[in-house]
Amino acid sequence: MTLLKGFVLPRLAQWVLVMFIGVTITFLIPRLSPVNPIDQALGRLTAFQNVAPEGMLALRATLEDLYGLEGTLLDQYVAFWGRVIRGDLGPSFTAFPRPVNEMIGTGLGWTVGLLGTSVIISWLLGIVLGSLAGYYPNRWWSHLLEKSLVMIYPVPYYILAFVLLMAFTYYWPVFPLVGGAKGTPGLNWDYISSVIHHSFLPALSIVIGAAAFRFIMAKALTTTETSSDYVQYAELAALPKRKILFFYVARNTMLPQVTDLALSLGAIFEGALITEVVFAYPGVGSVLYNSIISADYNVIMGVTLLSIVGIATASLIIDLCYPLLDPRVRYR
Amino acid sequence: MIAVRDLIRFSPSFRIGAGILLLVAIMVILSFVSPYEPDDRRAVKRNEPPSAEYIMGTTSTGQDVFWMLTFAIRNTLFIAGIAVIIGRSIGVLLGMLSGYLGGTFDRVASSIVDSIIVIPRLPLVILIASILRGQMTLLTLAVLIGLLDWAYPSKRYRAQIMSLREREFTHTAVFAGMNTLKVVIQEHLPFLVPFMLADVVSGFLFAIGFEVTLSVLGLSDLNTQSIGTMIYWGNYYQSLLSNRVWVLAAPIGASIIIVIGFYLVSVSLSTYLDPRTRLGRREVQKEIKEQPEPQVLVAEQVQGIET
Repeated sequence: MTLLKGFVLPRLAQWVLVMFIGVTITFLIPRLSPVNPIDQALGRLTAFQNVAPEGMLALRATLEDLYGLEGTLLDQYVAFWGRVIRGDLGPSFTAFPRPVNEMIGTGLGWTVGLLGTSVIISWLLGIVLGSLAGYYPNRWWSHLLEKSLVMIYPVPYYILAFVLLMAFTYYWPVFPLVGGAKGTPGLNWDYISSVIHHSFLPALSIVIGAAAFRFIMAKALTTTETSSDYVQYAELAALPKRKILFFYVARNTMLPQVTDLALSLGAIFEGALITEVVFAYPGVGSVLYNSIISADYNVIMGVTLLSIVGIATASLIIDLCYPLLDPRVRYR
Repeated sequence: MIAVRDLIRFSPSFRIGAGILLLVAIMVILSFVSPYEPDDRRAVKRNEPPSAEYIMGTTSTGQDVFWMLTFAIRNTLFIAGIAVIIGRSIGVLLGMLSGYLGGTFDRVASSIVDSIIVIPRLPLVILIASILRGQMTLLTLAVLIGLLDWAYPSKRYRAQIMSLREREFTHTAVFAGMNTLKVVIQEHLPFLVPFMLADVVSGFLFAIGFEVTLSVLGLSDLNTQSIGTMIYWGNYYQSLLSNRVWVLAAPIGASIIIVIGFYLVSVSLSTYLDPRTRLGRREVQKEIKEQPEPQVLVAEQVQGIET
């Protein structure tokens, strides 16, 4: 009961607040802007033909109805929330009657798959390498790892992905340039291996970017942890080093890493969006990129809303897993 | 001056970082004496590879890549500078207010800040930028980036102030009759300065990264040279496929070198200015080992994580 009250409820309240702020910002931004999307759409529709004034007014009313721009700001806001809760993101501007939901839905599976795999890999890789480098600070490989990852760490995501793309698809073409998979979808080895082959490079760029930070943090945490008494005791008791590192030290350093992962998920997601654009991976990032090019503003809005909801929820889930790792929270 | 001399003598990462930043400064100064206007097309022969005459080659539109790069670096640093000033002002102010005031204000502010940290910023920026498309200037881009990058810093400043407030010397100063303003300025600021320096650099890194990303997506002011727009136009004219790599190599190389330069300088500066490590240098060497490493400090700030 105390776990629920002291841990779960505050997290849930925070989640509600995130959703509230996110949806409100997404609602307000387009309405504060000087450009009216309806005018833009009308301009596009009437660019090549003349429309009678009455027809124009009717068209305007229809569009306002479609995009939820009717009534006062408050009315719009309430209606906006209603649509968010129903999960109805409206139609696309450019691919007109096609709903935004459907467009994003095609990319969602790819993004979740790519992001999920690379987040888990980068998290584990960063912690394992970081703990090793923190526990053996004077080995050559730990110096090498640290020096190189510290150099990679501040490089912008786009640049990192683009350099990988240039290197491995153009100069040394071992990976395919674009796309998510070859052949017809199915549960056969050909298809699955082509999915892995296509997603290797995008995943690699996310993993390098995310693991570099994880490594720096894990190394620092391990360095502090190894100076504590219980580690010295364990070393004096001649426990195997492997055991000390992975069963005692790493377990303790993992706790802040879980909270941290929940916080940095948004940043990793941004990286995934950029990566998908660079590698033309058929995920949400590519949907977003196409809608930027065609100025399809309802799709951009949908992706924004979805990413806020998705990231907030994923962070909540990671946060709620925390008691599984930390017995102090569990038995309080 | 002594500080710089010491840093050059004792810190290899400062030597490299300062060298890079000096180079960047020279590029910025060179942009003012450029023989071509920044958007002067067909000023030189088109598609020339790097040679003695054109150090970094020329583009498909007949611009000299080297001189273009000088303008690009200047504009990118301008964007990053404005963004850092705006973001840090909000962040420092909010962090200090919630750190010193505490109570209800702190609770409300912290939970809002925590919420904003979770929200992914890139889709939001893309939404804003796609609405403002065509009306984007360097300044709006800078303001936009600045307005998004204050949540992490404010969380970090708050945590710092919370811990400073509980230190013994704060109590000593208060009991000795020092007024609050004096305590803040004379006692706490020396601890916050290395922090701010590292934080400003992380702001620069973030802003440069965002500028590049937005420009590459075609959402910034594409008529002005910046590192991102150079990559955008390089891609637009198919530099990679038509084997004119130098057009892309210049901005990519420049961005990597600049961020690493900033990063190295900030790591070495925060080691040097941190009162704990400064004392440590006078003490025995083993004391230093116990301190958290400065690059972690910077790294944490870039992502804004509390350990």
